[in-house]
Amino acid sequence: MELVIDIISWLFLIVGSFFCLTGGLGLLRFPDFFSRIHAASLTDTLGASLILIGLMFQAGWGLVMAKLLLILLFSLLAGTTASHAMAKAALKSGLKPLEFKKGVYKELSGETSSKP
Amino acid sequence: MFAITAIAVLIVMAVALARAFLGPTLYDRILAVNNFGTKTVLLIATIGFLRGRPDFLDIAIVYALINFISIIAVLRFFEYAGKQTTKEE
Repeated sequence: MELVIDIISWLFLIVGSFFCLTGGLGLLRFPDFFSRIHAASLTDTLGASLILIGLMFQAGWGLVMAKLLLILLFSLLAGTTASHAMAKAALKSGLKPLEFKKGVYKELSGETSSKP
Repeated sequence: MFAITAIAVLIVMAVALARAFLGPTLYDRILAVNNFGTKTVLLIATIGFLRGRPDFLDIAIVYALINFISIIAVLRFFEYAGKQTTKEE
């Protein structure tokens, strides 16, 4: 039984690390702010949740698990709220999303976006 | 196994720091610093388990709270002041 719980916990930790690395890669390589915020916040939520759940399997029932659950709930709330606030602030300050058209990236403009 | 997770989180923290230095706009830097903060919480929790001292989780909770509050504060501060930084490019 001990071994089964260990294996489940290792699986969660490894998959969470993989998602964290994917988010870091997206943060480094994507072309503009809005795609970067997508990569960072989506994989951040999933990676942090999986790593914390993996740690919970190692902790067992008790105070440690309650603390981990607290961190998990707070990071789920705070990560999404912070991402939304960042995207809203960036849009309000005039930062436009990029548009991929004919092999090049250019700024999205309201009038020309309906044309092919 | 905790060591592998800690190394992966450290790599992501290095990448986020690189984006914070490179980032063309102000908001890229804020996003990178936010990502760095959440990864710090994960690193502290993992190192607590790695060393066999789960008391570190208190520090992780405090760090998560401070990170969220500071990001929201910085965003409130820059929400209407970002136009000059985007015009410069």
